[in-house]
Amino acid sequence: MQVTMTVNGREVSGDVEPRTLLVHFIRENLRLTGTHVGCETSYCGACTIQVDGNAVKSCTMLAVQADGATVKTVEGLADGDQLHAVQEGFWERHGLQCGYCTPGMLMSAASLLEQNASPSEDEIRHAIEGNLCRCTGYHNIVRSIEYAAAKLRGEEPAPPDWTLDFEGVS
Amino acid sequence: MTTSVSAMGGIVRRKEDPALIAGRGQYVDDIRLNGEAVMAFVRSPFAHARINSIDTAAAESMPGVLAVYTIEDVRDLGPVLAQVPVGVLRPLLADGAVHHVGEAVAAVVAENSYVARDAADSVMVDYDPLPAVVDMKAAVTGTDRAHEGAESNVLVTWFSHDWWPGVFELEDHRPAIAEAKQRDDVVVVSQEMLNQRLIPTAIEPRAVLADWNHGYDRVKLWSSTQMPHALAGAVAKTFGLPSNEVHVVAPEVGGGFGAKLNIYPDEILTVFASKDLNRPVRWTETRRESAFSTIQGRGWVATATITGTRDGEILGYELDGIADMGAYSQNFTVAIPVLGLFVAQGQYDIPLAWQVACVQTNTQTTDAYRGAGRPEASYYIERIIDMYAAEIGMDPTEVRRKNFFKKEDFPATTAIGLTMDSGDYETNLDTLIADVDYAGLRSMQAAAREEGRYIGIGVGTYVEVCGFAPSVLAEFGFGWDAYGMPTSFSGSGLVRINPDGSATVIIGTGPSGQGHQTTWAQVVSDRLGIDFDNVRVTHGNTAESPTGVGTFGSRSAAVDGAATYEAAEKVSKKAADIVAHMLEASADDIRFADGGAHVAGSPGHKVTWAEIAEVAYKPHKGPEGFEAGLEAHAVFSPGNATWPFGSHLAVVEVDPETGNVEILRYVGVDDCGNRINPMIVDGQIHGGIAQGIGQAMFEEAIYDEDGNLLTGSLIDYPIPTAGDLPAFELGWTNTPTDVNPMGVKGIGEAGTIGSAQTIVNAVVDAVSPFGVKHIDMPLRPKRVWDAIQKARG
Repeated sequence: MQVTMTVNGREVSGDVEPRTLLVHFIRENLRLTGTHVGCETSYCGACTIQVDGNAVKSCTMLAVQADGATVKTVEGLADGDQLHAVQEGFWERHGLQCGYCTPGMLMSAASLLEQNASPSEDEIRHAIEGNLCRCTGYHNIVRSIEYAAAKLRGEEPAPPDWTLDFEGVS
Repeated sequence: MTTSVSAMGGIVRRKEDPALIAGRGQYVDDIRLNGEAVMAFVRSPFAHARINSIDTAAAESMPGVLAVYTIEDVRDLGPVLAQVPVGVLRPLLADGAVHHVGEAVAAVVAENSYVARDAADSVMVDYDPLPAVVDMKAAVTGTDRAHEGAESNVLVTWFSHDWWPGVFELEDHRPAIAEAKQRDDVVVVSQEMLNQRLIPTAIEPRAVLADWNHGYDRVKLWSSTQMPHALAGAVAKTFGLPSNEVHVVAPEVGGGFGAKLNIYPDEILTVFASKDLNRPVRWTETRRESAFSTIQGRGWVATATITGTRDGEILGYELDGIADMGAYSQNFTVAIPVLGLFVAQGQYDIPLAWQVACVQTNTQTTDAYRGAGRPEASYYIERIIDMYAAEIGMDPTEVRRKNFFKKEDFPATTAIGLTMDSGDYETNLDTLIADVDYAGLRSMQAAAREEGRYIGIGVGTYVEVCGFAPSVLAEFGFGWDAYGMPTSFSGSGLVRINPDGSATVIIGTGPSGQGHQTTWAQVVSDRLGIDFDNVRVTHGNTAESPTGVGTFGSRSAAVDGAATYEAAEKVSKKAADIVAHMLEASADDIRFADGGAHVAGSPGHKVTWAEIAEVAYKPHKGPEGFEAGLEAHAVFSPGNATWPFGSHLAVVEVDPETGNVEILRYVGVDDCGNRINPMIVDGQIHGGIAQGIGQAMFEEAIYDEDGNLLTGSLIDYPIPTAGDLPAFELGWTNTPTDVNPMGVKGIGEAGTIGSAQTIVNAVVDAVSPFGVKHIDMPLRPKRVWDAIQKARG
């Protein structure tokens, strides 16, 4: 079947089997491999993208369901060389380690901040419950999203809370 | 602007991140080769069964199917190699029988993944089911065998007093402990505890891509592995190639946690298929099959016993346990409990009598999962010491303090004959206690209980062992001999100054998110005064790194980091001779800083690294008779392991009506010696704590009595989400080691080793007013509620 959609601002089309998952269309046909597959069952969130402005898990959507849609993947998050605030936040606040969950986490974070410019820590934690990370314990992901939220509001982000300044005893 | 970054304590944004946050990082499954085919597996629905026949005809006739393989095609290659080959090694594909649910029975190769999956589903296998051995205790006492014909399911029993006969002559503490039990001023506190089986769950499933080139008789293999050099050795040995004809690349690896520290049959089978079909062949694990195709961890049941006086002096600690190895022995499988034995007595200078029986069952293999034996061992001692403290009515921190190895005891010899390099446990615990205002917390707890709230405070301490050394441990199994790579767990660092003055650093590790590119660039930038942005670090590549051991056991900084430090030192010595010639000064007076070198006391009298490099590669411009080029390689084999430690504290609240546990605070004070990049150290601790909390509260691999895994998806096997966890509060002490020149110890596993018991101690403390003394993990609400009901009667 022929599908056509706008991905990261470009119109693309392709011939797919009806059972082809959207994530496979993005990764295999478009070779946009930033969108990851971690579980194929929508629990882990590594495949999170935006479809018509909403965060969606692309492993549980068929490519044909996105026919005519506007899709944004992690590759479309930055504006040229200008990182999106959530990308900058994750870099500044060590919001990633292995990086595998990161694209999905960034897309969920970006969607959160589009809907809520000043989320509390609880709201951030709740908003990313659908994105699993096994490396960070989420602490620095939360700090990264807080950094991005401040940046988007035009405010100075809170300083980092690493233990650098803690007075060790010995 | 030229900046060098401090090697010690410098915070710098990670070099790894720009690609990863842009979605441009390259994991194995992101790589596509022309003409590649895709492998899929037929997996067993039975835990234990004979295979009568495998009918591949229907699958083979499907359009797009290239081959269907069974053991008949690959038996000559032998089993999957194991570093500690005690027990039954895993055949590449089931050989006449299956021994766990999900065992691979046949492999299909097809034009794409959809066709491969369809074809795998069309392979018909006729099984005769056999009784399955699933329960660890039944494996010891029962008559069924996990492998037909085996005399026993017990593969080996490790005893603390003779774990390595002939090397250590150790005192058997059992008679003294038995005698102590007869004293009338002692209490004996004993508890059987489950340390449940876990599924490691790196978010990136494993993936492998093999490309055998018949023109050169050479194979290139991309794998999501933590040990690329060992894999190259294993492939070479299996296919009769010299290891230099096998090129393994571990590109971005999306989490490992020990689960990618194995040779796996798919790694060998894709190479075989690529050779056979003369095409690249890939395999990518699905989450569902990950529970069957990647190792699991933990899975112990043990009775811990403390014999001690009523004033807190511990006279003996005993552990009598069973550890579940699963169906086959892989990389370290039966050696994992030995790693537990290394830290069995925790931070305490106490008599030890420890025995753990390793049993085969019809379940997936267990092996190293973050901490690998050490979280299990730490859990047992830290839980039973809390129970002992409760029994004698002493504060749990006081009992710990009373039995600590003292600062002046170091280097301290453990009950099993190992030497711990350095430690200051009392200062570390004092720091935690001061940091949280422990007395204030206890007052708060008492006040809350007056209001009918059940707050619990749990403390856990741990000692960790990192960078397994000395070299002689290779003879026990801590090396890669079985993979044709006879090596101790030494480190490898190569530092090259390129002709343009940039630096390339090549290390022998296989990281999966630990930030090695950043950390090593800091070390080299600091030693050579070279611009941090001008240092490129590569790893996980056997064609680039002369040798390599990989990343595991929290070893990378303390061993490969030290090798890199030494290589940088060698480069600086040679460069000093060049600069001395250029600046007409003495080599002893040359200092490296700010992107080049200058004469001490005369910062204006300087040259840049580009200028130094030009001379190095144009020897006519250099000192008479010097060897052209500017690079050095160092292999570092430490004289001992390092022994980090820490103290953790959790504050929880339990709702007795529902059994729900809420973590109110989690505080860790860890001591990993000098810290190269505290930001990265913090991140490692955070992630480690989260995995320990995952075990304490949520995660459990559950098999039914027939050996079916009931928790094979992320909905049945819930790893912690952001909403499950609190923000973490971290502090630190610093007790450097002298076993490496940087004084660093390692931090990758510490958080996991310290946290599970801290949570359980806190929850039991919260519900102790009901008479609850112990609850087995995971502390899901129903289990906590049941424990309260049972204690209430």
